[in-house]
Amino acid sequence: MSLRRILALAFKEMLQVWRDPRSLAIALLMPLMQMVMLGYGVSLDIRHVPLCVFDQENSQASRAVVERFVASGWFAITAALDSNRAVSRAMDRASCIGAVVIPADFSRQLASTGTGPLQIVFDATDTNTTNIAMGYAQGVVALVTADLDARWTAARGIRPSGVGVVDLEPEVWFNEGLESRYFIIPGVVAVILALVGAQLTSLTVAREWERGTMEQLVSTPVTPFEVMAGKLLPYFLIGVIDAAFCLLAAIYWFGVPFRGSAGTLLLTTALFIVVVLAIGYLISVRVRSQLGASQVALLVTMLPTTLLSGYTFPIDQMPAPIRFLSLLVYPRYFVTILRAVFLKGSGLVELIGPVLGLVLYAVVVLWLAARAFRKRLD
Amino acid sequence: MTDAAPAVLAEGLTKKFGTFTAVDHLDLAIAVGEVVGFIGPNGAGKSTTIRMLCALLRPSAGRAVVAGFDVVHAAEQVRAHIGYMSQKFSLYGDLTVAENLRFFAGIYHVPHALYDERRRFAISMAGLEGRENALVRTLAGGWKQRLALGCAILHRPPVLFLDEPTSGVEPQARRQFWELIHRLAAERVTILVSTHYMEEAEYCNRIALIDRGRLVALGSPSELRRHELGGTLVALACAPLGAALAALRDAPGVAEAAIFGDRVHVLLSTGGLAAADLPGFLAARGVHADVAQPIAASLEDVFVRLVAGRARAEPAP
Ligand SMILES: Nc1ncnc2c1ncn2[C@@H]1O[C@H](COP(=O)(O)OP(=O)(O)OP(=O)(O)O)[C@@H](O)[C@H]1O
Ligand SMILES: [Mg+2]
Repeated sequence: MSLRRILALAFKEMLQVWRDPRSLAIALLMPLMQMVMLGYGVSLDIRHVPLCVFDQENSQASRAVVERFVASGWFAITAALDSNRAVSRAMDRASCIGAVVIPADFSRQLASTGTGPLQIVFDATDTNTTNIAMGYAQGVVALVTADLDARWTAARGIRPSGVGVVDLEPEVWFNEGLESRYFIIPGVVAVILALVGAQLTSLTVAREWERGTMEQLVSTPVTPFEVMAGKLLPYFLIGVIDAAFCLLAAIYWFGVPFRGSAGTLLLTTALFIVVVLAIGYLISVRVRSQLGASQVALLVTMLPTTLLSGYTFPIDQMPAPIRFLSLLVYPRYFVTILRAVFLKGSGLVELIGPVLGLVLYAVVVLWLAARAFRKRLD
Repeated sequence: MTDAAPAVLAEGLTKKFGTFTAVDHLDLAIAVGEVVGFIGPNGAGKSTTIRMLCALLRPSAGRAVVAGFDVVHAAEQVRAHIGYMSQKFSLYGDLTVAENLRFFAGIYHVPHALYDERRRFAISMAGLEGRENALVRTLAGGWKQRLALGCAILHRPPVLFLDEPTSGVEPQARRQFWELIHRLAAERVTILVSTHYMEEAEYCNRIALIDRGRLVALGSPSELRRHELGGTLVALACAPLGAALAALRDAPGVAEAAIFGDRVHVLLSTGGLAAADLPGFLAARGVHADVAQPIAASLEDVFVRLVAGRARAEPAP
């Protein structure tokens, strides 16, 4: 192994990335855009979920309920409608993703039974947003109930059972919702790093085969390992920059609490970057065309990361066979690690399982990639 | 490696792609310091042969030894002792002249103490003084090819394989390139160079003519001219050319007829038409022809005869 050759390759590759707008955009712009898109998509936009209202009673009590939805800050009332048909038309037009439907006898039932039937309809097209919005809606309803409970019991001369009931603030109730954001953002970081990392390296070998420079390179005494090391080194630096950007954004922009140690975070992130770069490199070595390699890389990273890494769907709620399959999906280890480091402050010792999973992954993929690189054209 | 041992030796070298035989039992020995021209029509198997000699393709049969190393069993040693210019331009267009040189010096482990001198040599050889910081893709063909040669010899390999290094390069730059080849040969570098340009064949010590995977002739230009023709060559101006060619090819005693510019070259074997009979023979077939002039065979005549003769003997599948 020759350090000089590795450095010559790394330096050359760095210059090429620097001079190629496409690579540069993938390296630096793509993570930025995705962090904004995915990050906001799963968290902040949820603040003003468009709802419409079909208030069949229009009493003080029913208006108080609507008021609660608005005051929560999570919903914006986009329209007051007067029929069920109008509601479904509004949802079809996507001018709202849900509707609060209050029956005409809301107050009467409330007064007689102590419970007011309230219907909330959601459009299930965008399940992710819907799920979160439904969680919030339940929170609002719980608040309304608490309100009414308090009034109902007070009206009967009974003191509310503990100050907690009336003192409940939306933030407390919505804590669960907030935590789902804390939960999702680290997953977003993993997805972005996997996508960008594999995209970057998926081009590197294929590009040289396409341009004809690889034929020259393999006619020299360079070894497959040197080519791999030399080509991964610059992308590793880029990956670290991207990771730093995403993690800092998670902490300071999206406000995810960081309870772990920076050392653990750096080490595990570096490990994950090696895994994704190696996967992209392996694809590039095998596919030998830029377009093909980048598409395979997209498939290999996008599909499993979003579906199986547990960034949107909790793994323990998946059917057993898929849960087993997800063991093979490298991002899940990193998602687990990130969540634990961020939210629980876990250290390397507690994370030994997923860390070893990543190490194993890195070793196997690097080994496969070094083996797959042929210094012959046939 | 002694001077007696050839720098390049191929014995029964064969390459099959599936059922197609691209190179068919090729035997070739190149002495140290020799410049051998590799000539043949498109798809003849020149690049495939060169790639096997560079250890880039694994021979299907036969063996090859380059600079004393077997291309199958000591592939890495072969790679350390050769310089290679592939048919497709293969420097990094998005790197500058200096960056390309530095890259290949690193890959070839050129000692730091020698690098400066070799870089300067390569730049002056390519005529690129003052353009060290130009991106390579902005250079014209001749400069690009000379720089590629400069990169390929940074580690001073004893054997060079150049695959059509002058294709698409203007004539003057081509001559400059051949001067470089001879300068290297004078320093006992062994060179196998493929080309499509017939006039370049004359610059070689020996020529290997390859057609459809087979080596069909091997020798110095004058040897080839002397031995390979086997008849009298005449040229005659005639019109229309196509009709003349068709008539001549069926004529008795005409071994070969081919169009060169506005004239037809005819190779006459003994026992058929004589040179003086040709205008009359053609006039009878509605072709106007001048007096046939005997000419000295050019290498192109030799190649045309060899390749066309083979095509007639065993038509392409
Ligand atoms: N990898 C391959 N797979 C299949 N066939 C191939 C392969 N490489 C070359 N060939 C075929 O082998 C034959 C010889 O090709 P080669 O490139 O060696 O010819 P060449 O003499 O260099 O031609 P040119 O003058 O066009 O460069 C051609 O018919 C070509 O199509
Ligand atoms: Mg060729």
